[in-house]
Amino acid sequence: MAAYRYGYSAVLFILCGLSVFLVTNGQETILTGDDGAAAVDSPQTVTETAEQTAEQPAVEERQWEVTEVEEASPDEAAADKQDASAPETLVPPSVPRPKDDFQEELVIRPLHSGDIYASFQFRTLWETDFMRGNKVSHYRLFPKSLGQVISKFSVRELHISFTQGYWRTMQWGQPFLPAPPGAELWVWFQDSVTDVDGTWKELTNVLSGIFCASLNFIDSTNTVQPSASFKPLGISNVTDHRFLRYATLPREIVCTENLTPWKKLLPCGTKAGLAVLLKSEKLFHSSFHSQAVHIRPVCEDWQCKTTSWELRQTLSVVFDLHTSGQGKREWSLFKMFSRTLTDACPLASSSKVYIDITDNPEGEQFELIPATPLLSQAVVLGDRRTFSVYDLTQQITFGAVRSLNLLIRWKSTEGDMLRPLLHGERYVAGYGLQTGEIHTLMYNNHPYRSFPVLLLDSVPWYLRLYIHTLTVTSKAKDNKPSYIHYQPSKDRVRPHLLEMLVQLPPNSVTEVTVQFERALLKWTEYTPDPNHGFYVGSSVLSSLVPSIVAMDTNSTQERPLFSSFFPCKEESSYFVRVYTEPLLVNLPTPDFSMPYNVICLTCTVVAVGYGSLYNLLTRSFQIEEPSLGLAKRIANIIRKMRGVPPL
Amino acid sequence: MAAPLTLLLLVAVTIRAALFRSSLSELIAERVEVVSPLTAWKRVIEGLALLDLGVSPYSGDVFHETPLIIYLFHFVVDYAEITFMLADVITAVALYLAVKDYNKQVFRKQKFALEADRYPLDCLELIRSPKEMYYIPLKVAMFYLLNPFTILSCVAKSTCGLNNAVIALFILSTIKGNVLLSAIFLSLATYQSIYPLTLCAPALLYLMQRQYIPVNFRRASFWWFIVQYAFMYLGSLFVIICLSFFLLGSWDYLPSVYGFILSVPDLTPNIGLFWYFFAEMFEHFRLFFLCVFQINVFFYTIPLSIKLKEHPVFLIFMQLAVISIFKSYPTVGDIALYLAFLPVWSHLHRFLRNIFLVSCVLLACSALFPVLWHLWIYAGSANSNFYYAITLLFNVAQILLVSDYFYAFLRREHHLTYGLYLKRKDGSEATLVLK
Repeated sequence: MAAYRYGYSAVLFILCGLSVFLVTNGQETILTGDDGAAAVDSPQTVTETAEQTAEQPAVEERQWEVTEVEEASPDEAAADKQDASAPETLVPPSVPRPKDDFQEELVIRPLHSGDIYASFQFRTLWETDFMRGNKVSHYRLFPKSLGQVISKFSVRELHISFTQGYWRTMQWGQPFLPAPPGAELWVWFQDSVTDVDGTWKELTNVLSGIFCASLNFIDSTNTVQPSASFKPLGISNVTDHRFLRYATLPREIVCTENLTPWKKLLPCGTKAGLAVLLKSEKLFHSSFHSQAVHIRPVCEDWQCKTTSWELRQTLSVVFDLHTSGQGKREWSLFKMFSRTLTDACPLASSSKVYIDITDNPEGEQFELIPATPLLSQAVVLGDRRTFSVYDLTQQITFGAVRSLNLLIRWKSTEGDMLRPLLHGERYVAGYGLQTGEIHTLMYNNHPYRSFPVLLLDSVPWYLRLYIHTLTVTSKAKDNKPSYIHYQPSKDRVRPHLLEMLVQLPPNSVTEVTVQFERALLKWTEYTPDPNHGFYVGSSVLSSLVPSIVAMDTNSTQERPLFSSFFPCKEESSYFVRVYTEPLLVNLPTPDFSMPYNVICLTCTVVAVGYGSLYNLLTRSFQIEEPSLGLAKRIANIIRKMRGVPPL
Repeated sequence: MAAPLTLLLLVAVTIRAALFRSSLSELIAERVEVVSPLTAWKRVIEGLALLDLGVSPYSGDVFHETPLIIYLFHFVVDYAEITFMLADVITAVALYLAVKDYNKQVFRKQKFALEADRYPLDCLELIRSPKEMYYIPLKVAMFYLLNPFTILSCVAKSTCGLNNAVIALFILSTIKGNVLLSAIFLSLATYQSIYPLTLCAPALLYLMQRQYIPVNFRRASFWWFIVQYAFMYLGSLFVIICLSFFLLGSWDYLPSVYGFILSVPDLTPNIGLFWYFFAEMFEHFRLFFLCVFQINVFFYTIPLSIKLKEHPVFLIFMQLAVISIFKSYPTVGDIALYLAFLPVWSHLHRFLRNIFLVSCVLLACSALFPVLWHLWIYAGSANSNFYYAITLLFNVAQILLVSDYFYAFLRREHHLTYGLYLKRKDGSEATLVLK
């Protein structure tokens, strides 16, 4: 270990010297040398790469080591125990602005039903370029595993979510980050990728390993290329949907084994900051749990001169009033997470807790302890919301007990929730195992504005959709979609994809129905519990909903993280994505216990056909001669020998 | 003779029109016994809808009709009911005319044989009289038009009716001795569903018999005729296939139609043997059994042609039956076509061994299909094995029926050569056995 450390610092030393040399040469090479360790990027990584390949198993460990160095350097040089042999590296080569940045944030929204919604967002920004041919090998805040995925597979954007439970829009309002039940993955590849399907296959397998999830079950039968519903969320100039892949696994069950690798991607792990609250025994004892990773390129400034990679890790959870809250309308951090907050993540440039108090301006609905003087306003989902803010980087927040345990205590259960303007539902109609009908209901709750909605349906091939039975009705009238993109399924190859743009009239329900036929599969194609049914992923409703207040179109200005996820192009409307329920559909099943019997019986019938025809074809009619008995024949032989005529 | 036929046609059309108007038609159109993935009207409509959306109907796995069918219905989709009734009428009339002509020839041949004293004396009761033969063509038309299987198939708008019409026209033109039309209709039938390819053997035998060309491999005239026919057949097939290519501008339909027929990817239950067998098949044996089952359909052509080279029309009947039993997506419409020929062989009835049993089984199975389907799919109180058992029994009954007719035919031929009342050497009454 000591030898290794020595070797490492020697390499650092050499590289630092090299970089100084390069600076003096006036080359254009970008230096990442921020306030501590000499950073490495760009062309001179040959030695580094060689070392990396030689010590592949130690990757994780080294990443942490580097992080520790970084963490230690701004505070006290004395705390630095590791790099004592190379004191030169501690001298900052005069770069003021760090190239990466980490923010963490927790939003708590008390819901009218008495439940509570907590949403964590962790954002890492890094100004680097994974794509420029050279290998990025020095990682500080950005997780190396994901960085390598981005550069290896030429990913432009990656969005992955794991969700347990269904978000009840009509009870809870719109979530900050929508996600369908199960796993969802959508990826935009760079336009330099030639074999998109092959890359996608490899990527899903790699992600499956990173997140300990069954993403390797994503194959061509559940992957689609939506033409309009999933536009890149970061900066992009390419919107050719050949480079987009979208897949859902509605049956995926999310649990601790998915949470642990997710937490490991955080710079502070679960050791400090907001992440200490993420204890799986509480998080999974909830009515809704959703964790996600979003990677995309974003603009650094208004003119978009520099771009950086954004990694957002989000985790949303809804605690139930009765199961988690014991029926008492009183929530505290301790009650929710069985932990309290004691510090911010030292690597974070900002670490805040927001409590939504919009419905509680005078404190008549609930009471917040400890109170905070800091208030913040943000436009979220077309509505101006007010938040109480607790800044964890300030020591004063933690008070004398050096621990923050927020307490929200209801005073009255009055009040009304702002009805979500867009809402979707879906169910299967019909009976029997032969045919059925999928009904999708889309609610426009806006009193006087109509708006268009993009509906995306991806249905597995074994439900054979009949597109000629598609009807769209709103207010008992036919509502012809202005755009339909339909890709029929291929058996065992690809699913159905139905995308359409429907204008929802104000204050109405629009019903989309389409009939399907259930296929009989081969017996090996059924799941181990075939009579449980087959899941069909959620439909996705994407829409620009008219906003009550002017939306903020400047994406680069400082805003709370939860309000800045979907880019906003115009002030009068905001983007909403709503997922409907996944469907559970029963298929007819063969009898799994008797393949041998079926093979034998069918072959017998074929043999009966063959045999009877063979008989008639090869034989001819003859008169039946009665054959003599054995005794008579022997007697005849004896008589013949005796010279007597036979019997 | 025209008046009863007209009356029959009127009755048949009335029944169909009444059923089209009733609520039963939708129910019938969903029945798996009546429509298969290849012939379902719902899928034709879906193909047209896909064309309207600008998607190739063959890009998905719902539409498996040939391009000519979609082109036809592109124009007559509003008159679909009339089209299907017309197809049935054409089939019936074609069979009527064909059988009439065939009977004339049979009678003439018999007369020559009688004049040449070729039949043994005790066979007089096997000789067919014009009186009993008079109503056979009408009975054939009736068997086709009033067969519940045909009616169901027509009311469900199964495109099987169109295939039957093409095959009936092929039979008519063959029996009338028109070589070119016979080749064209055969290529059309092949184009629609591969399997009628095996009908080329009886067609060749019949046409050669008619033109007094001996079936002899060493004669040039025999080969010359085969080359002529093959040229006409392949030429028209080529023209049709190219025409289909130009209609849609792609070859996508080849795997989607013929690949679908041959590789059986859709395991929707039907009355055939394939669906459950391949649903329960072990994956690594799948290809092997697929080959075995498909070869089985074509396999009987050569031995049957050798055995029945003097009787090509009976060979047509046998081939149609074999196809409809062993094809990959059979429907009741296919069965109806060969059942229509039964009146032609009414003189074989005295030699049939188990016709009563077989017809009882066929009737019982037809009634049990919907019952067990309901129990499996809707009530959930039975499982797939029940329905499968009925399809097995139904197919066994069909096989017995066909082999019984074959047996009777061969036996009658034997009697016509060797006499009806055969005696043993010792003068006692003999029994015939197959050896």
